[in-house]
Amino acid sequence: MKDKIIVALLTGLLSNTASAGGMEDDPIITKVMINQFETRITDGKDPLILEADAWIGKDLDKFWFKTDVERVNGETEELELQALYSRAIAPFWDLQVGWRHDAKPKNNKRDWLALGINGLAPYWFEVDSALFIGEEGRVGLRLQAEYEIMFTQRWILSPEAEVNFHSKDDEATGTGSGLSDTQLGLRLRYEISREFAPYVGLNWNKKFGKTEDYAKAEGEKTDDLQFVVGLRAWF
Amino acid sequence: MSNIILPGLGFNTEPESHSRRRFVKGLAAGGALMGLGISGLAHASAAVKGALFYPEELSGTNMDLTYSYSKVNFTGNERTATAINGGVPAPILRWKEGDTVTLNVTNNMAVDTSIHWHGIILPSAQDGVPNISDGFKGIKPGETFKYQFKLEQSGTYWYHSHSGFQEQTGAYGAIIVEPKDPYPFKFDREYVVQLSDWSDEDPDDIYRKLKKLSHYYNFRERTISDAWQEVNEKGWSKFWQERGMWNEMRMSDRDISDVTGYTYTFLTNGKTPAEGWTGLFKRGEKVLLRFINSAAMTYFDVRIPGLKMTVVASDGQYIDPVTVDEFRIGVAETYDVIVEPSDDRAYSIFSQAIDRTGYARGTLTPDAAMTIDVPKMDEAPILTHGDMGMAMSGMGHEGHDMGAMNNIKTDSSNTEKKKNTEMKCGANRVMTPKKATMDPTMDPTMDHSGHDMAGMDNAKMSKPAMGSGKAGFGSSSKVIHTESEFGPHVDMRADAAKYQLDDPGVGLRNNGRKVLTYADLRNLYKTPDPREPGREINLHLTGNMSRYMWSINGIKFADAEPLRLKFGERVRINLLNDTMMNHPIHLHGMWSDLETGDAQYIPRKHTVNVQPGSKISFLVTADAMGGWAFHCHLIYHMLGMFRKIEVV
Repeated sequence: MKDKIIVALLTGLLSNTASAGGMEDDPIITKVMINQFETRITDGKDPLILEADAWIGKDLDKFWFKTDVERVNGETEELELQALYSRAIAPFWDLQVGWRHDAKPKNNKRDWLALGINGLAPYWFEVDSALFIGEEGRVGLRLQAEYEIMFTQRWILSPEAEVNFHSKDDEATGTGSGLSDTQLGLRLRYEISREFAPYVGLNWNKKFGKTEDYAKAEGEKTDDLQFVVGLRAWF
Repeated sequence: MSNIILPGLGFNTEPESHSRRRFVKGLAAGGALMGLGISGLAHASAAVKGALFYPEELSGTNMDLTYSYSKVNFTGNERTATAINGGVPAPILRWKEGDTVTLNVTNNMAVDTSIHWHGIILPSAQDGVPNISDGFKGIKPGETFKYQFKLEQSGTYWYHSHSGFQEQTGAYGAIIVEPKDPYPFKFDREYVVQLSDWSDEDPDDIYRKLKKLSHYYNFRERTISDAWQEVNEKGWSKFWQERGMWNEMRMSDRDISDVTGYTYTFLTNGKTPAEGWTGLFKRGEKVLLRFINSAAMTYFDVRIPGLKMTVVASDGQYIDPVTVDEFRIGVAETYDVIVEPSDDRAYSIFSQAIDRTGYARGTLTPDAAMTIDVPKMDEAPILTHGDMGMAMSGMGHEGHDMGAMNNIKTDSSNTEKKKNTEMKCGANRVMTPKKATMDPTMDPTMDHSGHDMAGMDNAKMSKPAMGSGKAGFGSSSKVIHTESEFGPHVDMRADAAKYQLDDPGVGLRNNGRKVLTYADLRNLYKTPDPREPGREINLHLTGNMSRYMWSINGIKFADAEPLRLKFGERVRINLLNDTMMNHPIHLHGMWSDLETGDAQYIPRKHTVNVQPGSKISFLVTADAMGGWAFHCHLIYHMLGMFRKIEVV
């Protein structure tokens, strides 16, 4: 049903036009990107992470779906979903607007209006950042950037950084106001093909302020350096 | 999303697995033949005999051509081609100037098809472009379409499907039109040398991959060791200075071809590099080679080491002969060359892809058992700031000084030398979407309201454009980027584009060989229409590489109004390349009289290559009524970079 609505929306929104030779220069295309499917090796139970995006659409207009899942010991600890309409606003930039839903942690659901920017900054920084406006005056800001260093055409080292800020304390989800947490990653992948690349790397999570306090109260780590092994793939 | 690469320089010399694969495909079989020695000769000649395959030749005035799905195997894997009369390439058609030919084209495939007679002057209804040619809707499955037209010209041309991506999957063949009058040159023997690119991938998949990851096929990106090497050579400050523009533009100077030898096998007369195509000669003979680039996406740089080539025709039309060592043949162009092998030895017809990810090859030999080493490919080219249409300080060319004639003659062929001179590219030159201010004195009749560029292209410009140069010498109008060129669909604009007719192009500059350039082209005969152009039409070739979108003046075909030409008018078309790759622009139905600096002997072409970041002008006599296609001949660009022309 959801699929049907999407297809209907797409066909309405992205109208087809006639072309010479019966070819469409701008066909509807789908892409699924598993950016991180990895296990993080830590002192306790090793979490399994899935960070994936998918889009369907045309050159300038697309629907994006983003997901972040963390499972520990067979339990979903974190689950974030985003459904966004994405519109190209500059040669290298898309504006993304839509809905973010956090189904976890601790079954405290949160819904947000997401206003994001996704694209490629000068000097080849891949940026995916967003402002999230939630209920009860909650506002979140996520800044995320990634870079790629090519050792060869297939060995690629990719540092990335994510920083989260929040406007209000949200004890139920363990989120504190101000600078909440940062995540720094460094992954070395080998592209067996363009579409398929296993990798190893390091991931460092750190929580700050009230977020740190909430985590401590729960007996969670607030400063965790993890070794990661995973797979990057797209189709 | 576009690739993220380290700002570095120098290409990777590590043999990656894809290049190993190419090595196997490209060289091993040939090497095996060469290494055989006497005991292997029987094998060798058997293999060479296989290579003597030459497309079937049809001649006369009545021909039947049938499309069907045929099995082919160029790579070790069987694939299905959209073949004409069962072979790839399709038969060579030999016609005679003045004859009326009848061609019955039958479609035995499951999808619509068509044949376009590339470069042949004929009525619109016979031109074979579905929904563009007058009344032509394509040839439906099971149907036969009768083409009939009178041949008003002679020379080397070709034909191909104008439907879908069928040309990529084998729907192309050569046309030879014998002249009524004797040839203006002598030859003892002739061969068609038809170059093409084959992929085992479905072209729809290639197109989708490019849309998802535009550098999918480029395995020549800069690596950290390239950067390190460059820092060592030049020092950090120079390194950052030179990398700055590319990094800010988010473009790669290694981006030569969208689709490369990673997926392509390059063919000469349907023969892979491993097989090689062979043509025989007797010592002392003059051999006419009719080169045709029927590739979907690949430019070739052609040479025959040990032989000078005398170029006698371009796009089928005789030119004042020019003797060269090498020529670049854009997609869809043709060149006729005469060679005169004076030794009893084999010669390699070596056609390396412009990005050096592979080559097509053939052999000219007095004896099928005689072979020759395949030359080494040149280094992969790297684009310069000049190839981006950027001004370079100390070059004496101000951004907008596009004096017509003086620039044609300006030596721009030493651009690569200038790599070491200071280059200043204001960062905002290209990146900032700064709207160009229209100079109201330029052309008061221009309608630039809204985004209706087509309106601007149209016949509304009745007066001769101010500042237009004399016929044969190009335009001296200012370069203006219109509003429709600004937005997410266009990633660069060349602000200092200039005529560079005498530039052999990226990868061929200063290579120690005499390379043909457009500046060398002079018609053998006097310009038939010596009129001055009544007006100018400015068309900018635009795109967004990372989104893989292509357009003209920022407007893709699906959104564009037709360009209207008035029957009988003489008009100048100024093409400006706002991208970093070559685009071969093909006008159907009428000649493109290329302005190379001699009004008396203007060469006539059907396909005009526009170098990256440069401009070029040609004149058109609108002497053919009806609807015509006008487009980039790179198959994955043409869907957007396309206009319908209506002559009314």
